[in-house]
Amino acid sequence: MNRSLPLFAGVIGSFALSVVAIVLMPKAQIGALQPQTTEDEGKITDIFPIENLGIAAKGREVYASNGCYYCHSQQVRDPQNGTDLDRGWGERRTVARDYIFESAPFLGSARFGPDLANVGSAKWRNEPEDEARKPARRDAAWHFLHLYDPRAVITQSIMPPYRYLFEERKISGQRSADALPVAAPKGADYEIVPGADAKALVGYLLSLDRSHPLKEVKSAAAAAPAAAAAPAAQ
Amino acid sequence: MTAAAPAPIAHAPAAAAPNRKLAIERAKIDASTTGPVLFFFGSAVLWLLAATALGLIASIQLHSPQFLADCPFLTYGRVWPAYQHTMLYGWASQAGIGVGLWLLSRLCRVEMKLSGILMIAGLFWNIGLTFGVVQLLSGVTSGVVGMELRGGAAGIMFIGYGVVALWAAMIFGLRRQGPAYISVWYLLAAFLWLPWAFGLGYLAQQMPGVQGVMKNVVAAWASHSLITMWITGVGLAAAYYLIPKVINRPIYSYNLATIGFWSWLVFGGLTSMVRLSGGPVPAWLVTLSIAAHILLIVQIVTVTANLVLTMQDQYHMVYHSPTIRFTFFGAIAFSTASVLSLLASLRSVDAMLHFTDATTALDMMFTYAFFSMVMFGAIYYIMPRLVGCEWLSSSMISLHFWGAAYGGGTVILVLLFGGIYHGATMGDPEALFSQVIESYYPFHVGRTLGLIILSMGQVIFALHFLLMLLRIGQPGGQATLFAPIGVEPHP
Repeated sequence: MNRSLPLFAGVIGSFALSVVAIVLMPKAQIGALQPQTTEDEGKITDIFPIENLGIAAKGREVYASNGCYYCHSQQVRDPQNGTDLDRGWGERRTVARDYIFESAPFLGSARFGPDLANVGSAKWRNEPEDEARKPARRDAAWHFLHLYDPRAVITQSIMPPYRYLFEERKISGQRSADALPVAAPKGADYEIVPGADAKALVGYLLSLDRSHPLKEVKSAAAAAPAAAAAPAAQ
Repeated sequence: MTAAAPAPIAHAPAAAAPNRKLAIERAKIDASTTGPVLFFFGSAVLWLLAATALGLIASIQLHSPQFLADCPFLTYGRVWPAYQHTMLYGWASQAGIGVGLWLLSRLCRVEMKLSGILMIAGLFWNIGLTFGVVQLLSGVTSGVVGMELRGGAAGIMFIGYGVVALWAAMIFGLRRQGPAYISVWYLLAAFLWLPWAFGLGYLAQQMPGVQGVMKNVVAAWASHSLITMWITGVGLAAAYYLIPKVINRPIYSYNLATIGFWSWLVFGGLTSMVRLSGGPVPAWLVTLSIAAHILLIVQIVTVTANLVLTMQDQYHMVYHSPTIRFTFFGAIAFSTASVLSLLASLRSVDAMLHFTDATTALDMMFTYAFFSMVMFGAIYYIMPRLVGCEWLSSSMISLHFWGAAYGGGTVILVLLFGGIYHGATMGDPEALFSQVIESYYPFHVGRTLGLIILSMGQVIFALHFLLMLLRIGQPGGQATLFAPIGVEPHP
């Protein structure tokens, strides 16, 4: 008896089933999402998300090129899937609509570093809320120093230093405004300044903010509006 | 294969005293596969050495972040994907193709035709992969986990894949053995799934209709399918062939094997979405994959029972035969890995382990403890039949085994328990994240130590393989055993 026909049919069928269930069906559901718009008397007053262009788009390429997403996720999960909200990585879980302009979203699969879905938001924290202890604000200067030498900021960090994104320049006259507060290896008349890629990368990191409310997600933002408003002092 | 139970094993494992004519035919078939199979084995072993080095670098960087930090080509975020690609596409896939083509030719009783074209296909593959890995190390990447290669490199590799799949289907079509043996079923499914999943996975990344998170969905589907369908298919095909063959008795139950095969074929391709569990994807999608994982129990139980019952009363063969020692180790690892990934897919467990090393441990159990060990067993079996001499030294095989088993075992256990520890500490909202990572230090170090032992086994194997290619070995005829059968060696 020739059994090869059922076998071929089975193999092709298994592939078709898999493609339909795992690729085509979700595509029908989340494959053509549009930004959420808020209208007021016929005029659009608010759109989210919007596409990142310019330096943030350039920085996104630097982020991809250096494989940051192998240690940092960019997805906030709801409380039954972890402590993301408690840690201050976001105020709501992220959903498919948050990522519609990203090709492809850096969802990530490991967390050897904190989640960065909202790292550009002023409310982002990496520790439980504590009135007595204000964490450093993650502004551009903080990110530059942290990228150049992570252990200058977090003593036992396992993040690799990205010194190759920075330039060592001879100081002519005054120190540059963006020079890092570290000693240059070549000596006192040298300074460390961020290169173009470092600037783009930090621009991208500061653009990461998915805290805008979306209709399909319940936000925890209402719980603590006051604490978030005041920018934490250094 | 219900009614015709005895028929399919007429030529396959445990054929009773093959007559001279059959033996000559078999030798001819083996000889016809020599060129392409040696080519794929040789490239696989080279990539294995590259993967060993890259894996070690990445592991060291996790506890000593200054290591090679000033070399942009070797920063962790580039070394890690390069390691994964060399391991999966360089070593595992090419070893799988070599073993798969050899098995298919033998089991279908077909001499390999136009093997030069297969070698050109292999060349395409290696060129595409080399190009892709160099790109990854230079920071050129698509940025999609699981489908990191750019279109060019993936395209060149796909041409190679396509030709190999075509040849596999052709051998199957020309077969002179009536009903096909279970290994042939697995091989056919695996060889066809490989280019489909790889091709569609990469093609979909370029299609305009695939937006946002859908890219992650497709990439997770394709990369996971390469492990569950391609790698697993070839590994089980080899185990189903080698174990009965070497201990010289038919597999315990052909019906069990059939049930296992069909449940794998239906459910195996639906398990991938566990990789995005808890993420911004529709919840039903993850539920579907968890259900598929649970239904796969049918395959886990039937395959395990079948292989273990086939080995019944013959366990002493692991002391004698290198092929059996490696292959049976792999078979047990398959069952263990399958059960653990079923447990890890459950929502409450996944919530804890999702972003930890435990997922890496599971991947490594499938690609290393299961698949690679079976491939080593197969290569120890096949090589003497291609080069005409036997392996030079049983102690080198023994050292390879202990390096692979103890080293690989250490790495997997460290990653698994590390993952549980990482997940548990991250799950405590009061624990500072920086302290979670800081206290993980011993696990990173343990992983490097395990990898060093593993690497030594790997290097010994590569050396031994090189000696075989140079025809430096024992005279042909008598397989190199750890100890002659009938003598109990010190384990």
